[in-house]
Amino acid sequence: MSETKIVDARNTFCPGPLMELITNMKQGKVGDTIELLSTDDGSGADVPEWVAKVGHELVGKERIDGVWHIKVRKSK
Amino acid sequence: MSQHYNIVCITGTHEKLQMAAMIASVAAATGNKVSVFLSMNALTFFMKGHAGNPPAEGDVGSLILQKGVPPFKELFQHAVELGDAQLLPCSMAMDIMKITKDDLDPVMGPATGLTRFLSDAEGGQMLTF
Repeated sequence: MSETKIVDARNTFCPGPLMELITNMKQGKVGDTIELLSTDDGSGADVPEWVAKVGHELVGKERIDGVWHIKVRKSK
Repeated sequence: MSQHYNIVCITGTHEKLQMAAMIASVAAATGNKVSVFLSMNALTFFMKGHAGNPPAEGDVGSLILQKGVPPFKELFQHAVELGDAQLLPCSMAMDIMKITKDDLDPVMGPATGLTRFLSDAEGGQMLTF
């Protein structure tokens, strides 16, 4: 069964949030969703860029009270 | 399309090592091959038990010591563990420093000479820090 996991990378700077996402993506199963929390401004553009480049699926992206919530589904 | 990034680290300052580590980790995690050649004053920070930070170089170099900035050694380690990256100690610098592979962090790859490094780097990108 696929799972949704929250990875809290708030208060770390580039490329910390991306590295945390990647580490968790490697450990997860295909179909799993990870919601990355980041206060790093650049994450809003940079994380979706990585997701597209590597070939995973961007499920959603929103900024709530200065925190990026980026949902990514592991596609492979 | 994936590329081969060859990163040459020679300067032992925090800003340069941090930038090199950021590029290495992101490039490797994005599916690129990365070879990091460590020589001159940069190599000493990859010796076993070397806990000290390199000199900052400038204001940003001091700011990156704050909490939340991933340490450069951790980023280089990520590059090796998460992607196709190798950290290659320069055999000339090792000779001059009178050290062997046993004196270096376990994450370090084989001692590499310039001829080998340049031949493997052919056709790829070369970045120097």
